[in-house]
Amino acid sequence: MSAPLIWILLPFLAGALILFFLPEKYSSIAGGTLAALLSLAALIFPIDTALLIGSLSIKISASVAFFGRSFVLTAADGALLSMIYGVAAFWLICAYALDFEKRFAALSLMIVALLTASIAVEPFLYASLLLEMAAMLAVPLLVPVYQKAGRGVVRFLVYQTLAMPFILFSGWALAGVEANPGDFGATLQSGAMLGLGFAFLFGVFPFYNWIPLLLEEVSPYVVGFLLWSLTAFTTIFALGFLDRYAWISASPQISSAIVFSGTVMVVSGGVFASMQKHIGRMMGYAAILETGLIVLAMGLRSPRVVDVIFLLLIPRGLELVVWAFALSIIKRQAYSLRLSEVRGLARKYPLAVSALIAAHLSVTGFPLLAGFPSRLALWQELAGYSLTVSFWVFLGVFGLLVAATRALAVFVMADENASWGINESWAQIIMLSLGVAGLFAIGIFPQILQPLLADLPALFLHLGR
Amino acid sequence: MIVEIISWIAVGAILLASATILTSRDWRMSLGALALQYLAAFWLIIRHLPFVMGSAKLIAGWMVVAVLGMTRLGLSNADEESEPFSMLRGRWFQFALIGIAAFVAAGSTARIEAVIPGLGLQVIAGSLLLIGIGVAHLGVSSNLLHTILGLLTMLTGFEIIYSAIESSILVVGLLAIINLGLGLVGSYLLLAGSTPPEIEEEQ
Repeated sequence: MSAPLIWILLPFLAGALILFFLPEKYSSIAGGTLAALLSLAALIFPIDTALLIGSLSIKISASVAFFGRSFVLTAADGALLSMIYGVAAFWLICAYALDFEKRFAALSLMIVALLTASIAVEPFLYASLLLEMAAMLAVPLLVPVYQKAGRGVVRFLVYQTLAMPFILFSGWALAGVEANPGDFGATLQSGAMLGLGFAFLFGVFPFYNWIPLLLEEVSPYVVGFLLWSLTAFTTIFALGFLDRYAWISASPQISSAIVFSGTVMVVSGGVFASMQKHIGRMMGYAAILETGLIVLAMGLRSPRVVDVIFLLLIPRGLELVVWAFALSIIKRQAYSLRLSEVRGLARKYPLAVSALIAAHLSVTGFPLLAGFPSRLALWQELAGYSLTVSFWVFLGVFGLLVAATRALAVFVMADENASWGINESWAQIIMLSLGVAGLFAIGIFPQILQPLLADLPALFLHLGR
Repeated sequence: MIVEIISWIAVGAILLASATILTSRDWRMSLGALALQYLAAFWLIIRHLPFVMGSAKLIAGWMVVAVLGMTRLGLSNADEESEPFSMLRGRWFQFALIGIAAFVAAGSTARIEAVIPGLGLQVIAGSLLLIGIGVAHLGVSSNLLHTILGLLTMLTGFEIIYSAIESSILVVGLLAIINLGLGLVGSYLLLAGSTPPEIEEEQ
């Protein structure tokens, strides 16, 4: 048995089986259980190392050949796979608590499998093809067959598709630059192509307009899942580029451009979030801000870049799932999610509202919450880099804090006579409590992430060394 | 020599087909032009890739045309999304865009051939034309079918030039899947909203 078959082919086939054969009510729980088992397996069974169980020797081989190329998952990928499938399991089990259609369980498993393939494929450049396939698979997830496609979905598809040619071309051009490092023109061209490709993938300003549009048009839970999964794998792909072509991160001009893009995302995300009258769009801008922080960290040329980025990525999964889950519960009461419609809902859905605010505050880096340790590490790096950039980042984060305050004020703005009551289901209460507990646990005891973080730098040969 | 002449004819066919896709408001005409575009692209692709791999791209392309055509055939004419009139949909503006794309392609082809020798002038010209007109299409149209056609046009242009620098079977296969996937996604999006939600009946 080889690792790519277990962590790529198996979930992909399971997704297809769920879609065509499994009854609706078991789909999310079956998908969640499989993802949890895959996460545990990645944690327990080391890849490419013989494991002796009694007289039985098991070895999961690292690679599988496919059409002349190979898919490789090494021992270093174990922690990453565990993290990815662990968070995916949480998304799927929360979907069960929301009574989601089986489309979500099936397609989300297939998307995670394709995205996992993107980190396994050799040469790693081909990952952009797999990212595009995952984006196309997300379209039926975003648009139910009875709903007309909105502008957000079309823009999402266009931007993700435009990214692929740029990245494939830039990979080819970068190989030329490596062979002739003195050619400034070629360096500039390949750098520009690479930058544009990742700008489309990450949704760098101004290519992120599909995110708030989607959050108005379709289920916030599905969009949240995509914002988590696509950004996480794009980040790993981008880190692969920085690792493979060390001169990119060594170049002060390119680093400055990356920092500038990240800062613009942080500032615009925070400022726009503070001006929204729609709590779904607020989540979209918060996700943009957080992606901006990741982009910013990539440009800092710090030896701790891998640690900081994964410290940002792991809580992001939890924050987004809690936020999107709470938003989906509220959406059943206030369909449009406009501030005027969610007024006073804290008394009807106290747990969902508390979880939503906790996730929102966590993204701002509020102390004791999951986002705090990563923000602290990032602030430390930023302070040494530039106080001007630090000021702009502070402004963006402050904007997000204003948005959280506004949302909280509207949620608690109920009539005096309105009674308190818990309208969430038991399954929803359990998942919300687990999510919020997780946010506090990571915030108060960040060392619980250490077993995962310790192995992740081994994914890269040069980065952070 | 004859190969060169046919290649230039293919470039001409590409210009004609992509211009028709951009300007035509009849979906039958647009899809017919897309089929012609794939045929011309096939000729340029097999200048660098083996015939079998080029055929895979051609067949995938024609399957996309078939999928989109069958979907569109099943939709009523009332569904033909009438885009609000704007200058961007004006015939002259579209011809100006085609002209710009053609001039850019004509101006850049020789320069790119000088930087990356061996690609072939026709391959570069055909590719740049498709990328330019495809991107222009994405910029001016909000109609779903036209957006998908714009993406497919841009992608075909990319495939022509990429086939000259990368001949991996996996890449050819994945690009064919992406083409087909775009066709299927386009078909799904065209159908979405045309059927009422299922209502479970208690028996």
